[in-house]
Amino acid sequence: MIHLHHIHKSFGRLQVLRGVDLAFDQPGITAVLGPNGSGKSTLLKSILGMVLPNEGEIHFDGKPIDKLGQYRKDISYLPQIARFPENLRVHELIRMIESFRSQPSRSAELIHHFGLESVLDSQLGHLSGGTRQKVNLVLTLMYDTPVIILDEPTAGLDPVALVKLKELIIQAKDEGKILLITTHIMSLVEELADRVVFLLEGRIYFDGKPEELKQRVEEPNLEKAIASLLSGGHLTPIQPAQKDSKPIRKMNGKVVQPQVKF
Amino acid sequence: MRRITSLFIIVFSVLCTAPVLGKTLHVGADHPFSTILAALTAAQSGDQIIVHPGLYRECPIIVNKSVTLTGYGMPVLDALGEKEGIIIEADSVTVEGFEIRNTGYSYIEDRAGIRVKRNQDFTIRNNRLVLTFFGIYLEHAKSGRVTNNAVLGKPLGEANSGNGIHLWYCKDIDIEGNLIRGHRDGIYFEFATESRVRRNISEQNLRYGLHFMFSNDDIYTRNTFRDNGAGVAVMFSRRIHMLNNLFHLNWGQAAYGLLLKEIYDAEIRENVFQKNTIGIFTEGSNRIHYKDNDFLNNGWAVKVGGGCEKNDFIRNNFIGNSFDFAAVGNMQSNRIEENFWGDYSGYDLDKNGIGDIPYRPIKLFNYVVDQTPETIILMRSLLVEILNFSEKVSPVLTPAEVSDASPTMHRYSR
Amino acid sequence: MLRIIRYSFADLIRSRWLYFYTGFYLVLTGALFFISADLSKVIVSLMNAILFIVPLVALLFGVMVQYNTREFTELLLAQPIPRRSIFLGQYLGIATALAISFLLGAGIPFVLSGIFLSGEIWNFSILLLSGVLLSYVFSALGYLLALINDNRIRGFGLAILVWLLLAVVYDGLFLLGLAWFSDYPLENVAIGVTVFNPIDLARILILLKLDVSALMGYTGAVFNKFLGTSLGMGLALIILVIWAVLPVSMIRYISLRKDF
Repeated sequence: MIHLHHIHKSFGRLQVLRGVDLAFDQPGITAVLGPNGSGKSTLLKSILGMVLPNEGEIHFDGKPIDKLGQYRKDISYLPQIARFPENLRVHELIRMIESFRSQPSRSAELIHHFGLESVLDSQLGHLSGGTRQKVNLVLTLMYDTPVIILDEPTAGLDPVALVKLKELIIQAKDEGKILLITTHIMSLVEELADRVVFLLEGRIYFDGKPEELKQRVEEPNLEKAIASLLSGGHLTPIQPAQKDSKPIRKMNGKVVQPQVKF
Repeated sequence: MRRITSLFIIVFSVLCTAPVLGKTLHVGADHPFSTILAALTAAQSGDQIIVHPGLYRECPIIVNKSVTLTGYGMPVLDALGEKEGIIIEADSVTVEGFEIRNTGYSYIEDRAGIRVKRNQDFTIRNNRLVLTFFGIYLEHAKSGRVTNNAVLGKPLGEANSGNGIHLWYCKDIDIEGNLIRGHRDGIYFEFATESRVRRNISEQNLRYGLHFMFSNDDIYTRNTFRDNGAGVAVMFSRRIHMLNNLFHLNWGQAAYGLLLKEIYDAEIRENVFQKNTIGIFTEGSNRIHYKDNDFLNNGWAVKVGGGCEKNDFIRNNFIGNSFDFAAVGNMQSNRIEENFWGDYSGYDLDKNGIGDIPYRPIKLFNYVVDQTPETIILMRSLLVEILNFSEKVSPVLTPAEVSDASPTMHRYSR
Repeated sequence: MLRIIRYSFADLIRSRWLYFYTGFYLVLTGALFFISADLSKVIVSLMNAILFIVPLVALLFGVMVQYNTREFTELLLAQPIPRRSIFLGQYLGIATALAISFLLGAGIPFVLSGIFLSGEIWNFSILLLSGVLLSYVFSALGYLLALINDNRIRGFGLAILVWLLLAVVYDGLFLLGLAWFSDYPLENVAIGVTVFNPIDLARILILLKLDVSALMGYTGAVFNKFLGTSLGMGLALIILVIWAVLPVSMIRYISLRKDF
């Protein structure tokens, strides 16, 4: 479904992704993990076309992603920071996003699910962070799309809402969807994830089942496993950026010589 | 005996001039006389010749008897492009109700639609002069009236256009209610004295709407001068009274509402200067009273050139002009008082209707524009406002003597 | 794109900044009327305010809105709509909201004063048109500056710098240049230089209505042709519109290449 080939991305001098190869074909939940600044968000955003890689190709459903972005109708995306136009009302915002897609929406069901009926008429600038995150979740999950990308979905949620979110995630997985989630809450990963991708300094250090990760570093739980990954030279990148394998690609019709430094 | 003689003279002259005694001669296709010349030949002083509608090709018509020449229904005198229209060579002639046209243009002679030569007590009224080189030409004439005529030319160029109404060595003439358009000067006075110009409209003339040269003791009032090269020019003349006129839309490079050059003891009162490039430009003129005038939306309201002394600018309204005042020479001996300045931003704490701080109508930007004319394109920019303001706070370049010490707080209503 | 414009507009017209802006013009224009009953004087004063304030507010507003909506822009970017619709839509929403806010603020007192019955209606219309065009030009510049600079302080700083430059410094250098080279025929240059500054252009547009009497006093033939005919007015209008279009195409160019 989603294929990333040799993705390189740098912002100025800062190299954020240094040769990432990934494929998401199987239904299930993939947790993208890594410390702050490891490139998780950049990775997800490049799938959505929000970040334009310097190098490499991204295919969605067999086709390279394009600038018009029609393929995005098959993706639901939850941005990390939920800020909306302050003076719009909640129901206006939902209607606005719905107007961009001619797909059936289950916003009413989700509004009920998160108990948002009472704030529908409020202006978004007056909502608390948690409520805004709930609105954010409604906007993301109201469509039936084969791919769901959640960037820190638990931020600011109260425990009740967290439980409800988990229900929704499991429900989506049971419907055979592909879910990509970034989070810092390891218990959530342990509970939900079928697959873990561990990023560090723009490279993938681990890609596999959570159990495999725990076995490899010989730690009983995921949190410690990650900590151990970060502290000791347990692992080398499983995809050393390949200098020679595919150094040249066409970009905007021009041949670009990549400048990858190590 | 002497008394009897004078009585006799009075009775005789009354008898001679009284119209009841004169005959009436009719000219026209179905009338006793088929040509005006024939009627004139037959007429005696005191007769009236009535000309009926038709086209008469017998110019120039020389009127050498004291007759009244009256056109009924606008008969047309066509000069066929090479003659003058009517030449008046006797006293007490009246010409009325004719259309005179097509004298043609000449570089050699000043051809006129109606010419008055060395006589007096004439009346020229209700005529239309179309495409005449000079319209009405008065030379060495006295005590005459030129009223309600329309003098409509077609301006070609200053060199080959004549004047609408032209006075040369004249005295005691009334010019009233005429419309003059499309000449070099609308009305031209040279050595013309003690005359009055009233309620005329002079417009679209190449040079001046009204032009005085070496003419003294004249008055012009309630006229409109619109869209001329310059509205009125008064040069080398004394004691001219200019009252209640409208100077409007005299636009262009070197276009003035009123141009004064070397004149003395004039009075300029209650006129309106509106939307002229320069309202008044004055040079070498002394003892002029500028009172109770309105200067509205001109480029420059008043521009004072060199050599102007003892002039008064009093109780005028200056409103919406791009520049209110400009002065080149020394203004020391001139008085500027009690004017209303639209741009005045002072206050009146003692409530006496007079602003408490003097107004200085020359701004720094005036000075800048005088030095470098192209900078006019920066007018009303923030930068210019800042410059003007800083100059106002601490004047360096603008003359201190150009100042109204008693600016009024309220516009004079007229 | 229309949907983006609509929602961006709907968001902004409820912003207190915009109420404040409208209120400011209401008070200013109302006060000018109160102080002076002379319509043409009100127009002159208002013109100074417009040339001074509209560009500044539009610049800052463009910068501010771009920064404030960044996170929301991310949400929009994840929707199946092309990038250019998002950014051009947002910009047009901002500019239109500003323009309408200005029109209402400056216009209502004039309408109440019965200007439609007076001869000043054309001067006033040109004034409003200039304000509207300046709103579009400078909110585009502001939006563009914010789009280019991720650092907000730098974005705002640059906006103020651009304003200072175009509102005052530019004319200052222009004036110095004209004075310095006053021995040379400069009228072509003067017109050319004016064209490169939208504030100057808007000013000329109003000048052509208000001060044509004085402008006609200048002796240069090119000036007279430019300033004295409808050619000048038409040309100034067209170039001002180009000034609005240029930053917009820059916004489009940058938005297609930017990472979020």
